[in-house]
Amino acid sequence: MVALILVGLFALAPPTNVQALDTPGDGGEAITVEWQLSPDDNIIDGYEIHRSEDGVDFAMVGFVGRSRTRYEDNTDDGQEYYYKVAALADTVRTFSESSPPALSSPQWFNNSALILLIAMLIFGGIILYYIYVARKGKELYIRKIAGLEAVDDAVGRATEMGKPVLYVIGIGTMSNIASIASINILAEVAKKAGQYETPLIVPHSDPIVYTVAREVVKESYTSIGRPDLFDPDKVFFVTQSQFAYAAAIDGIMVRERPAANFLIGWFRAESLIIAETGAITGAIQIAGTDSVSQLPFFVTACDYTIIGEELYAASAYLSREPMLLSAIKGEDVGKMVIFAALGIASLIGLLTRFPILTIFQ
Amino acid sequence: MKTRIPLFLVLVFGIVGIIPYYSQHPIIQGSENFIRNDVIRIVAAFALILGLGSLLRVHFDKIRRSRPNWQYSYVLIIGFVVSSIIGLLGGRVGEGFLPTQIGGFEFHMQVLFENIIVPLGSTMFALLAFFMASAAYRAFRARSLDATLLLVTAFIIMIGLLPLGDRISPHLPSFVQWIMDIPNVASKRGIGFGIALGSLATSLKIILGIERSWLGGSK
Repeated sequence: MVALILVGLFALAPPTNVQALDTPGDGGEAITVEWQLSPDDNIIDGYEIHRSEDGVDFAMVGFVGRSRTRYEDNTDDGQEYYYKVAALADTVRTFSESSPPALSSPQWFNNSALILLIAMLIFGGIILYYIYVARKGKELYIRKIAGLEAVDDAVGRATEMGKPVLYVIGIGTMSNIASIASINILAEVAKKAGQYETPLIVPHSDPIVYTVAREVVKESYTSIGRPDLFDPDKVFFVTQSQFAYAAAIDGIMVRERPAANFLIGWFRAESLIIAETGAITGAIQIAGTDSVSQLPFFVTACDYTIIGEELYAASAYLSREPMLLSAIKGEDVGKMVIFAALGIASLIGLLTRFPILTIFQ
Repeated sequence: MKTRIPLFLVLVFGIVGIIPYYSQHPIIQGSENFIRNDVIRIVAAFALILGLGSLLRVHFDKIRRSRPNWQYSYVLIIGFVVSSIIGLLGGRVGEGFLPTQIGGFEFHMQVLFENIIVPLGSTMFALLAFFMASAAYRAFRARSLDATLLLVTAFIIMIGLLPLGDRISPHLPSFVQWIMDIPNVASKRGIGFGIALGSLATSLKIILGIERSWLGGSK
């Protein structure tokens, strides 16, 4: 009511400098309208956005609250549009001048992803540099990872006890990077199990992962000269149902009593159900996942846990191939770059707290 | 040739998979949707046939060789056949030509799902509470400095989140919040940075054909 009285006494000032432009970096069918606030912004209800195809007949297409200076309108590509913005106070509205005509069209590059692209190129470049260094034959030092050092012991223990090794990839699909990393580790574990002639059981929850893993295990046995050891019944699909899969794994653990369990891949709530059952059966357990919420469960219930990035490094670590190890070195340098950037940003943030150092504000 | 074709496909589809992150153009997004929604579904359908074949082969073999607990394999095979017939001929909610209603009793796929799969899944999920208790007991035995630290932190968090915490000290809930927001988030972000870089490195290694373990380590 107060606003209406004020509007009645004084003419409501419209927003000014209305601009319409093709929304940058999008897939088309959108025009961004921008304006400068009405001088009466503090007493109005908001802004109505009106659109016209001929610059004469305008119709309302949107509304935003006061203090807002931007609106994205859905449009048809190739059609010219004119925009007016009206300041609205109760039932009184004052229109701005019409914007120049604007056309929407799809863009080939998403500008908002530029920083991401630069970061990817920098870190990708660092990794490729170290791959190049490794190709030249330079020795690279890689720190010890306890969980991966234990792989030999785990397979060896199973061999001594005459019991199988169980390898669980989790419920991830082939598009999960953890599943891909797990498949890479499976190849190395299969080679070691094959060398010791220890049975390897690999149950699956995803049919595509199953198909890939089956070939990987087969190829691994072939690569060590023992294709005869491959048993297709040991690498099998169970179910896509999360808890039915967990029940099946628990059943295998209790019936077959594997001496070593590898729980490596993408897991959700079934992680503890599987890991605890494995711990109860007394098997040595090596777990690894990049699912941060499941890591505490694995740390609690397993003998060794491969945390996050170590999972991706595992294949290189186990195979000891210099070309693969070099990528780990690249990752470490990448992390140093990130930590340096965080340190500098924190320092600048800290300096802005000191009134004397206003240079950073 | 055996490894070159897969490596070439990985290179092409790896690059094709990156581009949609940097372009919203309808042609790029359309191609991405086609690969994600159509091509992958077709591949998954074939893989599912292989997967089901594997499952049935394992259980038929178990029955044939009378391996331990072979009787349970009959349960799986009968369940598979019955649900396949109902699903294929009766439809998801009884829209197929096979009658899936006898009087007031319905047995189409949705009924099977809601009355068998969901309760069985819930039962497994409910076990989590007991597994958590046993895992917590093992973790909270203060056998090392790390375990002691875990025990003390968990104790503070649990007390701080209860109404009792506020009675003990009005500062305790805010201290608990500080633990959750600062040290907890800091460690999570640290792991997150490593995961992001590790994903990038793994993707690059696979796309460029440096990592070949997924091919069984073939050179």
